[in-house]
Amino acid sequence: MSTPPRKFVKGNEAVAMAAIEAGVQCYFGYPITPQSDIPEYLARELPRKGGIFIQAESEIASVNMVLGAAACGVRAMTSSSGPGISLKQEGISYMAGSELPGVIVDIMRSGPGLGGIDASQADYHQATKGGGHGGYRIIVLAPGSVQEMYDLTMLAFDLSDQYRMPAMVLADSVLGQMKESIVPHPRPQVELPAKEWAVRGTGGAHQNVVKSLYLGDGEMEKFHWKMHARYQELAEKESRWEEYQTADAELMVTAFGATARIVRTAVEMARAEGIKVGLMRPITLFPFPKQAYAGLSVRCKRWLAVELSTGQMVDDVRLSVARDVEVDFYGRPPGAGSLPTPEELFEQIKKRS
Amino acid sequence: MKQIFAKPLSLKDVQTHFCPGCHHGSIHRLVAEAMDQFGIAEQTIGCASVGCSVFLYGYFNIDVVESPHGRAPAVATGVKRARPDRIVFTYQGDGDLAAIGTSEIIHAANRGEKITVIFVNNTTYGMTGGQMAPTTMPGQKTSTSPYGRDVNNDGKPFKMAELLSNLDGVAYAARVAVNSPKNVLQAKKVIKNAFQYQVEGKGLSFVEVLSACPTNWGMNALKANERVGSEMIPYFPLGVFKNTENL
Repeated sequence: MSTPPRKFVKGNEAVAMAAIEAGVQCYFGYPITPQSDIPEYLARELPRKGGIFIQAESEIASVNMVLGAAACGVRAMTSSSGPGISLKQEGISYMAGSELPGVIVDIMRSGPGLGGIDASQADYHQATKGGGHGGYRIIVLAPGSVQEMYDLTMLAFDLSDQYRMPAMVLADSVLGQMKESIVPHPRPQVELPAKEWAVRGTGGAHQNVVKSLYLGDGEMEKFHWKMHARYQELAEKESRWEEYQTADAELMVTAFGATARIVRTAVEMARAEGIKVGLMRPITLFPFPKQAYAGLSVRCKRWLAVELSTGQMVDDVRLSVARDVEVDFYGRPPGAGSLPTPEELFEQIKKRS
Repeated sequence: MKQIFAKPLSLKDVQTHFCPGCHHGSIHRLVAEAMDQFGIAEQTIGCASVGCSVFLYGYFNIDVVESPHGRAPAVATGVKRARPDRIVFTYQGDGDLAAIGTSEIIHAANRGEKITVIFVNNTTYGMTGGQMAPTTMPGQKTSTSPYGRDVNNDGKPFKMAELLSNLDGVAYAARVAVNSPKNVLQAKKVIKNAFQYQVEGKGLSFVEVLSACPTNWGMNALKANERVGSEMIPYFPLGVFKNTENL
């Protein structure tokens, strides 16, 4: 039996590889650490595949180029990190308002402001609660490995097209910069709706308009309810998570992204000492896998959320678990030297067991 | 009987919402006539901007993408790169293009994006109620320059056509007005040229159109039309500032 070909690549490269495999036709970006490997890879590889790469003059311009290309019905993408993602929020809001698909990759760095280039999870709220104006949500996927950087980037394109809304891959500088062995794979064959809404420039009786302005009586309200229903459908059909050692767990630790990897090692250390602890890792942050949390918390009543922030995802955990569950929190706000060690998290588990 | 005058096919048969004396209607017509002349209505994608200009899709029989404020040249870049076989134009006002969108227009121009930009300069923010724009004339009173634009405080009005004509990526840059039959005819020719440049793939073509905004200028339609000639044209001279054919 032949083993599938493996590649030893950085998380950022895996994102770029997956985007090409997913058929991205246009990438528009801007340099910022720790995501610059993505535009660098695509600048080299995308034109060879007949795609478009433009280094825009700003994050604002790049996301608006995505808007324009996405309006034409092609797969388009941009990527950045905190300060740049803040600038992109205008365009993301317009894309959400115009029901446009498109993929935005956020390789989180610490903040606020210029912050630093170390791993952070402090953009959770910005990503999952509608980072721009007007009240909307986007799909948010949180990879936990370089393989998942590949898999979830690919998934982001499909979900974005399926639900006609922007999708974000929310990772951090650990996942973006680390190298792991991955198995690249072709794009899965998914039946997606035809983009009949796209502008094609055929004019006349077939006028298509991509817009977010609704001035007529009741139009805007109707839009919001339509999107609300779409978010609910998304939650029902697309919630994803991973459980590790949860079946008999008496303490459930929950974390996403790179933090979940450290937690996993700490869980293994605790299990070796006979502590019944499990890990619940959400993969979709929007939709947040509420039902899974509700289900697990029927039996397991002690919970601990761990994040590289002073606590953001923990809000969603508390809203999702059964009402008689207390959710404790352990956080390391992002910055140089703040990444917790497995031993540190093992101590936190022991303290609560 | 021979029909000698008709609405351009690229325009819809709808009632206008623009104020009496506003020049947007005339400018729409000239753009539509250029499209009809080239027969490109069925291969054109418009990029609307924010302000009175946003309602492009209500008047034109073409596909339109609405852009965030000032970003139409970036949106148009995305459209043109995704669909290089299409004719792509932006239609932007002066607050949109010359203030919040300065970066987007300059860089789209510098990249030589093969798009056409119709820039409607009426020296004010029309839709928001007549605030000071980057193109507001020295001394002009607006709701945010109630004592008149003070050039020591606010600088002088931006001359966008001249500015952009300095960039290598710009194939064609011109300024026209629609305040008189003579100027309308000239504007028609220039707008047609601008689309011709795009059809030939020569680079970005830019047409600034001086426009009246009677409502926000506090004038009737006739007075506003006169002001274009008496105040605007002396500061914003008409003409072709860049024409790569003559280089």
